[in-house]
Amino acid sequence: MLEIRGLRHQYAGRTVVSVPEWDVPRGEASLVLGPSGSGKSTLLNAIAGLTTPTEGTIRVAGEAMTGVAPASRDALRARRIGLVLQTLHLIGVITVRENLRIAQRLAGLPRDDARIDEVLASLAIGELAGSKARQLSVGEAQRVAIARAVVNRPPLILADEPTSALDDANCGKALTLLLDQAKATGATLIVATHDNRIRERFARRLEL
Amino acid sequence: MTTLRLAFAYLASRPLATILHVLMLALGVATAAFLLLFTSQAEERLARDAKPVDLVVGAKGSPLQLILSSVFHVDMPTGNIGLEESKAISRHPMVASATPVALGDSYRGHRIVGTDASFLGLYDAKVAAGRPFKEEMEVVVGSEVARRHQLAPGAKIVGSHGLAQAGPGHDEDPFEVVGVLAPTGTVIDRLVLTPVESVWHVHEHHGGAQPAPPAAAPTQGGRLEITALLVKYRTPLAAAMLPRLVNSSTSMQAASPAFESARLLDMVGVGVQTLQWFAAVMMASAALSVFVALTSALQERRYDLALLRTLGARPLRLASLSLAEGVTLLVSGVILGLALGHGAAHALGLWLAQSGSWPLAGLAWAPGEAMLVAAVFAGGFATCLVPAVQAYLSDPASLLAKR
Ligand SMILES: Nc1ncnc2c1ncn2[C@@H]1O[C@H](COP(=O)(O)OP(=O)(O)OP(=O)(O)O)[C@@H](O)[C@H]1O
Ligand SMILES: [Mg+2]
Repeated sequence: MLEIRGLRHQYAGRTVVSVPEWDVPRGEASLVLGPSGSGKSTLLNAIAGLTTPTEGTIRVAGEAMTGVAPASRDALRARRIGLVLQTLHLIGVITVRENLRIAQRLAGLPRDDARIDEVLASLAIGELAGSKARQLSVGEAQRVAIARAVVNRPPLILADEPTSALDDANCGKALTLLLDQAKATGATLIVATHDNRIRERFARRLEL
Repeated sequence: MTTLRLAFAYLASRPLATILHVLMLALGVATAAFLLLFTSQAEERLARDAKPVDLVVGAKGSPLQLILSSVFHVDMPTGNIGLEESKAISRHPMVASATPVALGDSYRGHRIVGTDASFLGLYDAKVAAGRPFKEEMEVVVGSEVARRHQLAPGAKIVGSHGLAQAGPGHDEDPFEVVGVLAPTGTVIDRLVLTPVESVWHVHEHHGGAQPAPPAAAPTQGGRLEITALLVKYRTPLAAAMLPRLVNSSTSMQAASPAFESARLLDMVGVGVQTLQWFAAVMMASAALSVFVALTSALQERRYDLALLRTLGARPLRLASLSLAEGVTLLVSGVILGLALGHGAAHALGLWLAQSGSWPLAGLAWAPGEAMLVAAVFAGGFATCLVPAVQAYLSDPASLLAKR
């Protein structure tokens, strides 16, 4: 599902991340571990095609994410990747349901409210569908961000620090949700974290 | 749909700011539209009143005053000229028509103009009710006069001495309304027309005893006088000959309405231009503040735009989202502004019509308005596109890492 070769990324001549070779098979859940500033977010952004790495190649679901035009990167990301960003980034002025609809729409999928209800219910936030996103608590917003990442059933889910803002109980729940959602759709899951609370939940790890 | 829905959601999320921006823009547009309407119609109005008359011959004095008094019917006349002397001009081979004008009295603020049947022809005025005047003391009233004072053929009206609203009356000499003119959109709508002889007749009674000449009246010597002669040329050549002839070889002066009204517009034009600049500055500052507000709103929006990019939005969609929000503001501001400007012009027009001045039509378009709207939209589009382009050019990863 994911294939990285000779990846290196520099900011102002300083190498912030270097991954010589890394493969993640379809349907696996992997953890990217490392202290703050070790380049976890940079790696995930490169996989998502949001950052162009200085060197190396990345392939997602057999398609090249590096060395192609920005438009194909955007298209590949929209179709294949669900993102849970470290800073969540819901659109505050519209409802939870509308946030999910936009994700469907921009991926080129037909509107599917039944799927939205299903995902929200499975994350136990069904009753929040009509709430404005900016009124949510951090924990609720985190669930909505997860819901948005999985609503289109992407084959690859990238989650950057999905649990950093959560207390122990919610941390465990959120992670369970991510793993369950990935399993339910057969998606490959990559989680970046410095949170040692969750390292035991993953068999596969990449230490940065 | 998504784009519009989002744009409205953004606007609705800060209703006060949205309303203020729309109002600010609207006020600027309203001022500009109002001034455009006002100046364009004033110019057109002057041109229309002046056009039928090629040359005015009257008593020596300020040529502008002569034109103002005997063509636009606003100022006091420069004096009177002898009827016999003026006949020499009427008979000149280069003169196609010469219409006498004898001023001196008014009816409730409307001037009573002693003249002959050719005056109606100058302004293409048609009699809508009744018939043209024939005898002494018969009058035909302009449409405005008839409307304001509910005059119909058969009514009797009493003139007052002088051109002001209320002078001493000529109670013993009532005029009879024999006709009402159809509206022409020119100065004639506000005049009361009568044969020259009526004016002479009214003033004979008072002799020279009345104060406040100049009024066309027989002088002590019994010489008949009129205020001015409105001349139409037979040939364009006359423009070069006649004024010189009148000014050099008679005791009268000749003035061209076209030239004098151009001169008037030049003088007033400085004021009008100042106003137009003022409106432009107001518009610009209103537009600028709207654009500044829009820019800062859209700067905040950059995070959302970056997020939409991570979800796969193409540049066109980001641009249209930015545009949809700005254009909604622009369109509502412009529509409200045009409504306000035209509404104000219309209200002022109604008020001016009440007070008998020339009317201002608020429910018409001024020539510069299309330009005005185009300029506002061009500026607005450019402003709205900046954040969209920024959102696309900037690295979404680093943008999304913030906050
Ligand atoms: N846009 C950028 N420009 C310059 N340097 C950057 C940029 N983004 C990240 N860096 C640097 O790259 C390094 C890796 O950053 P990154 O965000 O990938 O780390 P991280 O492992 O995700 O850290 P954290 O756990 O705090 O999220 C850091 O030293 C950071 O300062
Ligand atoms: Mg990070």
